[in-house]
Amino acid sequence: MRLLTHNMLSSNIKGVTNGFPLRIEVEKVIEKEVDFNIDFLRNMFAKIEWKALAEASRTMGYSELPDDAESSMLDSDEFLRKFHHALLELHLEEGALVCPETGRKFPVNKGIPNMLLHEDEV
Amino acid sequence: MKLKQLEGLLGSLQQFENPKIELEQYPTGPHIASRLLYTAENSFGDVSDKVVADFGCGCGTLGLAAGLLGAEHVIGFDIDAESIEIASSNADELELDMDFIQCDIRNLRLSDRAINTVVMNPPFGTRKKGADMDFLSMALKVASGAVYSLHKTTTRDHIKRTALREYNASSAEVLCELRFDVPQLYKFHKKKEVDVAVDLWRFVPNTNRPKHL
Repeated sequence: MRLLTHNMLSSNIKGVTNGFPLRIEVEKVIEKEVDFNIDFLRNMFAKIEWKALAEASRTMGYSELPDDAESSMLDSDEFLRKFHHALLELHLEEGALVCPETGRKFPVNKGIPNMLLHEDEV
Repeated sequence: MKLKQLEGLLGSLQQFENPKIELEQYPTGPHIASRLLYTAENSFGDVSDKVVADFGCGCGTLGLAAGLLGAEHVIGFDIDAESIEIASSNADELELDMDFIQCDIRNLRLSDRAINTVVMNPPFGTRKKGADMDFLSMALKVASGAVYSLHKTTTRDHIKRTALREYNASSAEVLCELRFDVPQLYKFHKKKEVDVAVDLWRFVPNTNRPKHL
């Protein structure tokens, strides 16, 4: 799972109001190279929760993203490359996503988070 | 990529080994899948460089077709681990990156409008009434650009009315009518193969709707 997917996903347990962002527990991270697409990055910047992305990438062992970002930074090639790497090239392969409100863990195996709920959580 | 080429690549994908009737698992044939994605890309520009979600992805045919047509990021959602495993190996086979999430579409929570385009071949709701409408309702909540979906032609009026009145679509249009071959997958199928008339829909979500809706 890429961090772009993580950035959209909230804890879906019934009654949880602060389900975002899901905390990441890392067992294994893999990297896969992706073609650099500036227009896509500019477009996504407006939709991304930056703090969640910066924090998640740090958890995954990549500490190059600044804590805060604004759209003027999109003029910098260096910034765009880091943003690209964090958003699209880091994959959580093994580990878990943790609901920030309840601590419930959603396991991630072979890159696939299991967000299925138990009966009493729906 | 040409339509025939896309159809050919999709035709090589692995399909369900043990389809589950309770989930209405019917493979999306390469003919329909290629036309759906080809139209989305070439008539509307809804695929390349976009974030695309495949709801109820099964073996991944629609999502992978989006990837082949240049989608920047594709996420497949399915309730069934076995299907996701097949979809994931199909992605490897095509050398495409696709993310997967195992979940029940009905209680998915995604941030609003992060996804441009949703493509889906939802359960038609013949075994579990309303299943297709649950998918459509969620798709229109999370997509910012468009939703492409297949529904039985017999439900056309109901789909249109519900999408526009209840799910806040700003438009709901049948792009074409297709034949969905349902091969004899399950024991209760008496005939060898049945053609079901399905509509290929394009819905546009109303992105200006107030948050509380």
